[in-house]
Amino acid sequence: MGCRLCRADCSGRLDRNQSAMTALTPTENTPNEHEHSAPAKLGYSPVAEIPHRLRVTDTDPKAARRAERQVASMFALSMFFVVLSVAAYVMIDKTSIVYIPVLGEVGASNVALGFTFGIAVLLIGAGAIQWAKKLMPDVEVVQDRHDMVSDSQEDDLAVANYERGKDESGFARYKIIRRTLLGALAFFPIPIVVVLRDLWVTPAGENPTEILSHTLWAKGKRIVSDGTYQPVRPEDLPVGGLVSALPEDLMEVQEEEHNLNARGKAAIILVRMDPDQIRSQQGEGWDYNGILAYSKICTHVGCPIALYEQRTHHLLCPCHQSTFDLADSGAVIFGPAARNMPQLPISVDEEGYLVAVEDFSQPVGPSFWERDRA
Amino acid sequence: MSATTDHPIEQVGGVTAKYVDQRLGSNKFLGRNLGKVFPDHWSFMLGEIALYSFIVVLLTGTFLTLFYDPSMVEVVYNGAYVPLKGVEMSQAYASTLDISFEVRGGLLIRQMHHWSALIFVAAIAVHMFRVFFTGAFRKPREFNWLVGVGLTALALGAGFTGYSLPDDLLSGTGLQIIRGILQSIPLVGTWAAFLVFGGEFPGTEIIPRLYAAHILLIPGLLLGLISAHLMMVWTQKHTQFPGPGRTNNNVVGYPLLPVYMAKAGGFFFIVFGIIALIGGLVTVNPIWIFGPYMPDQVSAGTQPDWYIGWLDGALRLMPNWESVIAGFTISWNVLIPSVVIPGILFTALAFYPFLEAWATGDKREHNLLERPRNAPVRTSIGVVAIVFYGILWIGGGNDIIATTFNLSFNALSWTLRILLIVAPPIAFVVTKRICLGLQRKDREKLLHGYESGRVLRLPHGEFIEVHQPLNYKELAVISAKEDLPVLPAPVKTDSDGVRNPHYRVDQLRHKVSSFFLRDNIERPTDAEIEAGQAHAAHSAALEAPLREYEDLDQDPVGHGGVLHHPGMPLTNQEQIDQRQ
Repeated sequence: MGCRLCRADCSGRLDRNQSAMTALTPTENTPNEHEHSAPAKLGYSPVAEIPHRLRVTDTDPKAARRAERQVASMFALSMFFVVLSVAAYVMIDKTSIVYIPVLGEVGASNVALGFTFGIAVLLIGAGAIQWAKKLMPDVEVVQDRHDMVSDSQEDDLAVANYERGKDESGFARYKIIRRTLLGALAFFPIPIVVVLRDLWVTPAGENPTEILSHTLWAKGKRIVSDGTYQPVRPEDLPVGGLVSALPEDLMEVQEEEHNLNARGKAAIILVRMDPDQIRSQQGEGWDYNGILAYSKICTHVGCPIALYEQRTHHLLCPCHQSTFDLADSGAVIFGPAARNMPQLPISVDEEGYLVAVEDFSQPVGPSFWERDRA
Repeated sequence: MSATTDHPIEQVGGVTAKYVDQRLGSNKFLGRNLGKVFPDHWSFMLGEIALYSFIVVLLTGTFLTLFYDPSMVEVVYNGAYVPLKGVEMSQAYASTLDISFEVRGGLLIRQMHHWSALIFVAAIAVHMFRVFFTGAFRKPREFNWLVGVGLTALALGAGFTGYSLPDDLLSGTGLQIIRGILQSIPLVGTWAAFLVFGGEFPGTEIIPRLYAAHILLIPGLLLGLISAHLMMVWTQKHTQFPGPGRTNNNVVGYPLLPVYMAKAGGFFFIVFGIIALIGGLVTVNPIWIFGPYMPDQVSAGTQPDWYIGWLDGALRLMPNWESVIAGFTISWNVLIPSVVIPGILFTALAFYPFLEAWATGDKREHNLLERPRNAPVRTSIGVVAIVFYGILWIGGGNDIIATTFNLSFNALSWTLRILLIVAPPIAFVVTKRICLGLQRKDREKLLHGYESGRVLRLPHGEFIEVHQPLNYKELAVISAKEDLPVLPAPVKTDSDGVRNPHYRVDQLRHKVSSFFLRDNIERPTDAEIEAGQAHAAHSAALEAPLREYEDLDQDPVGHGGVLHHPGMPLTNQEQIDQRQ
């Protein structure tokens, strides 16, 4: 076979083409082809077939010196920007705001620190790459891949050692030891899983189904508006209006329990529409003079809903766009939710404030496995 | 200098090297590896970006742990950000506000952390595309593909857990959705949700728990798997694209020291610097605008981080199916988009290399990358996955798109639902046709050279179109194509009347293999290529006299570079010969 690498017996450019092509035919790629031209000391050799253009920095010493200066300036500038960065840290007040075109009103300290530090770091990278591209050798080199696969001797050694270990331990012989060991190894992680049980320290007599099925609402509990926590009278609510509301004792419970769990279930919305427009409800007379109370927690995956279109009585979930018709039992009319928004039956107490008649008749929020057994 | 020995290690100031070597035997490794050759290609930098942004995530994350307090205890805010003064919020949210407004450089580090996490996941995704479309996952790199799939899943987990930690209104809504997803899992879902959240949602446990996962568990696993990923790349040596001098048995590129180290090391600083610049100049996740989390509050038009968008889109586009079977509720509307689809997608990703090897019967080692066109079915499958993903992703922003462009979001959702079913098969067919078309063009180039577009009238009056031979680079690239035969159809009973016990499996394999390979456009033989190129060279040579007047061939390495003329650059070897 002709020597591809030194091209000693090659003539004309077409031959180079052929060698480029045949180089890719797997059968012809025996590593020893390279042997006489590879500087074995370094483990690689230049690729012979690739035409190489010298860079300006290779031929013109002036250009090389210029590149040297460029690289050094970038490294030096980097240090300068680090100094600027520290100066910015010390000197710029953390609350000061500056106006920068395009960015708008921004924190001066943040912008200054990010800019100076970013440029400092970037300059190190740019310098290193400029150095590599202009001054380090750009001749592509070739290195042989070595077979990773073990040879048959190594294979045999591995097998022999394995067999020896098997024999010496008697792993195959002592059946009872083997089985009990496997059993023990299978058993020992069990406590590691079992201790995870108290990730939820379950209060006595409680289970998730029970908890998910009840909210704070109960007979006669006043409805207070979210934010002001003042009880709501029917006349506070104009036709077409929507109010987010909570049970009157929510804040006390929240203080007592130190969490937002009760709020996450009991949140409701009150809407008022012309009673004639109510086509259906989840229970007979669950409204009060056209005021309807629905859970605020979406039955899809639990986002709070408050996007209400008063003309159509549609309620839209901002997370996944499930749409419910509040004039029609809170039925799903579009989107991925499968269940109506649960309705809370309401009335007024003797002082004229809106109250719940009872708790929700079904769990609020997203579905769960035991939901329909609840 | 001591004259006791002239061994090089003593001369090159190797006292330290020797000191270390006597204790670790490190020079064996250094000698072998300092000259290790790495191939060069821009697409090989994608994995580097992922690695470097991960380092930035670790550095900035460590800083954040010094100030962040993962506690859901309610406090009244009294810090520097005036609009939230007096508002009740969790300690986690308050400490994130403090990092953003009280700690100098805190906002920068927080934004760098967020940006580098976003870049980390994006770089992983694009790196994975590169590996997939070039067949880099083929033998012997299947294990590394699996590690990569694991890393992708962990990166999503790292992103999501970190996103939730500030306990702002936006991230809390994300957790609420997670709770809904957990509850949709049949049999164990309700209990799983209660265990994860330490009781009812939102409880007071979830933030500290996510914190443990985010700063210990997930980064620990990521570090371990990244190390394994890199060690495998190191021992197996990097794949390379076909080109002149490049074979399945060699690596062509630059040695680790100094060129690769300078370039890769320099690139780390570039990535780091760019992240610092973005962190300083571009706001990300302004939690102070969203406010603290309240389970009964939400804001419209909110979006998750980009890599969760497709899952959110799947949740949005899914029809509202739910069934009650034997009294138990199964929420298909939540289960399918958020558990089943990602489950299938990641399983398919993990198994793909093994499936393809099984289907094509390809057991060879592949160190040369395959051009996407030369594996049309693989390329089409990849495009199908991207299209499917892309539609889900668009779905994740359907409200924003609808309001921005004044569309009905109902119509938009239905369009996307239909597209999700219809577009992937179309994408498959179109991609495959494009690949096959490109294969045909390649074959033609090998057999006839380039159509130069120049018509030449010969002295005896004949008109010919001048074809030019391919330049050596393109010839090497195109002729690297490898053909695989379709696996033969099995026989049910052989000539001796013995039934083939594996008939059904073999038959299936034959069909799958045929699906993968039957449309392949065969590469011409070496002799045909040689003849074709010689013929083209001949036709081009007829034109050569004209070139003395018109310098048609500006770039001798480009098209028509085979014509000999003095401007031809020297090969590496010729230069080396000249210097000697």
